[in-house]
Amino acid sequence: MEKLEHVHGSIVAIPVNDIDTDQIIPARFLKVTDKEGLGKAAFCDWRYLEDGETPNPEFILNNPAYQDAAVLVAGDNFGCGSSREHAPWALLGAGFKAVVSTDFADIFRNNALKNGLLPIVVDADTQQQLFSLADEEPSTTVSVDVEAQTLTLPDGRAVSFPLDGFSKYCLLNGVDQLGYLLALDSEVADFEARNPQRIVTNA
Amino acid sequence: MTSNGNARTLFEKVWDAHTVREQTDDTPAVLYIDLHLVHEVTSPQAFSMLRERGLSVRRPDQTIGTMDHSTPTTPRNELGIIPVADALAAKQLDVFTQNCGDFGIPMYALGDAHQGIVHVIGPEKGLTQPGMTIVCGDSHTSTHGAFGALAFGIGTSEVGHVLATQTLLQNKPQTMAVNVEGRLSDGVTAKDIILAIIAKIGIGGGTGYVFEYRGEAIRSLSMEGRMTVCNMSIEGGARAGMVAPDDTTFEYISGRKHAPSGADWDAALAKWRALPTDEGADYDKEITIRADELIPMITYGTNPGMGMPITASVPAPADEPDYNRKIALDKALTYMDLAPGQKLLGMAIDVVFIGSCTNSRISDLRQAAEFVKGRKVADNVRMMVVPGSQQVKQQAESEGLDAVFKAAGAEWREAGCSMCIAMNGDQLLPGQYAVSTSNRNFEGRQGKGGRTFLASPLTAAASAIAGVVTDPREMAASSL
Repeated sequence: MEKLEHVHGSIVAIPVNDIDTDQIIPARFLKVTDKEGLGKAAFCDWRYLEDGETPNPEFILNNPAYQDAAVLVAGDNFGCGSSREHAPWALLGAGFKAVVSTDFADIFRNNALKNGLLPIVVDADTQQQLFSLADEEPSTTVSVDVEAQTLTLPDGRAVSFPLDGFSKYCLLNGVDQLGYLLALDSEVADFEARNPQRIVTNA
Repeated sequence: MTSNGNARTLFEKVWDAHTVREQTDDTPAVLYIDLHLVHEVTSPQAFSMLRERGLSVRRPDQTIGTMDHSTPTTPRNELGIIPVADALAAKQLDVFTQNCGDFGIPMYALGDAHQGIVHVIGPEKGLTQPGMTIVCGDSHTSTHGAFGALAFGIGTSEVGHVLATQTLLQNKPQTMAVNVEGRLSDGVTAKDIILAIIAKIGIGGGTGYVFEYRGEAIRSLSMEGRMTVCNMSIEGGARAGMVAPDDTTFEYISGRKHAPSGADWDAALAKWRALPTDEGADYDKEITIRADELIPMITYGTNPGMGMPITASVPAPADEPDYNRKIALDKALTYMDLAPGQKLLGMAIDVVFIGSCTNSRISDLRQAAEFVKGRKVADNVRMMVVPGSQQVKQQAESEGLDAVFKAAGAEWREAGCSMCIAMNGDQLLPGQYAVSTSNRNFEGRQGKGGRTFLASPLTAAASAIAGVVTDPREMAASSL
């Protein structure tokens, strides 16, 4: 995972509540065995017309003015549904570094943080302000400071967002969480010695 | 701590018993995992990571694999083999076989007599037991909570963590008691309970919580009914749902392949009986619904929270006070091509799907068969019946249920996830309406442009016969 200290970029809004991971990436794209090329499939069924190839001119991500957006602003409860980590892989592949919503589904948030995609929780007023800004001025940019846990709007207002200390450490240092767990090997061995094995799958 | 003194909830007991390292301000808790279920779709990148780092699987003897998501459910050929036509799916299955073989993980491959949907075979084999921690790269892992296990879905990075270390970093969730009081009426099932709960709390209402389902209606359910309820906990935003183990649980487990036996059974039983929530233990939140007031439920929209009693009318966006929710409802009705105030009862449908980790067990198939027996599926309807596992399929065939379905004109398929996730070729066509016993009615979930009404196996079977959305209480079970 690469370090993520700041995000400075333009925004695009999909003001839809409960965007599920089947919309972020439909299941038919999950037959891959690696993480490559999934950006093309992000929001596929909203992005393309029925033939699956022709861009839907109505869909905001196809608007040339928003092509460089790095921050996606979405409706409430983003990322609900399936546990597929292909969802953050697809969003990263499509160029996003952060997603802003009023709340995130648990598994999506976990998956996003493990891949350096920052889930930013804001209040409903800030969400609405960002929807309006994105709509009125496509070149609207925001700044995110991971260390300070702030999202700074074009008017200079800095909005704080929650981020657990461990995920923050991993983002700022570009380390993944597995290293931490691997270092606990002897503690895990002690646990196993104290607790009888509950199931033997190959018995 | 949420509880009084030493009184603890079921969840807290299981959590405490698996804490390798306590949660601190700086680090999440480290939780030991008893059982890790893996399948072909969410594991390949995790195995690749192990290879890149030169890591092994710490406990292949606590890991088990099955093929289910991308597998075809079409009939076997003359050699008894289920052919995989899709090259990408075939490659994914080959990679899974290779990975399980290389890392020493036992696995049920396509065509094996014990293969099936991961959340069907865990309980079926007696692998799922009370008090365990169980994870899988699949959000419906919550199913296993029906046994009083703490079971939840994880992403592929976390699949890698568990493969390598048998542990997981987790922030402790909050607890919500979901009380289901009273008894269900005839024609109303476990599926209707969970659809009613999700309609009440909304699709994000359980985010951050572990549910514990309690009350007379839950106690009265069979294990398969409890699995149906726990299965859809995630559709209310909760990663896990649990039911305290009781005699119904123990009776289900007893004698299964991986169940303890002899003196081990007695020792296990003593531990399991200590798991239910202590008197006086507190939950962070509590909700109650009345089972005796429920009628069959059906969804009308594009997430499982958009559900209603089957006799009700589709709600109007104009009546929704919250702006974002108004927009969401409007968008959902446009996709579903439904009008505010419209009744779903009597609406023509194209497909009925009976299957998925929610409703593909033997009791589900028996319920559906009761309606279908001696009748014909309506001409306008394609009915697919997809057993959850090869063992369920064999059991159903030994009871003659396959003959009942086939005589009615339904398709009797091989085991797998099938049209619930529509990544194996079993899918709706654009614009089609389906009554489905699965768990998600998201846009395109069952095929691009397809429209899903989630309902119970009874409602699905009655609708298949009538050709229109039908209240199963209005159609008597076949007397033949």
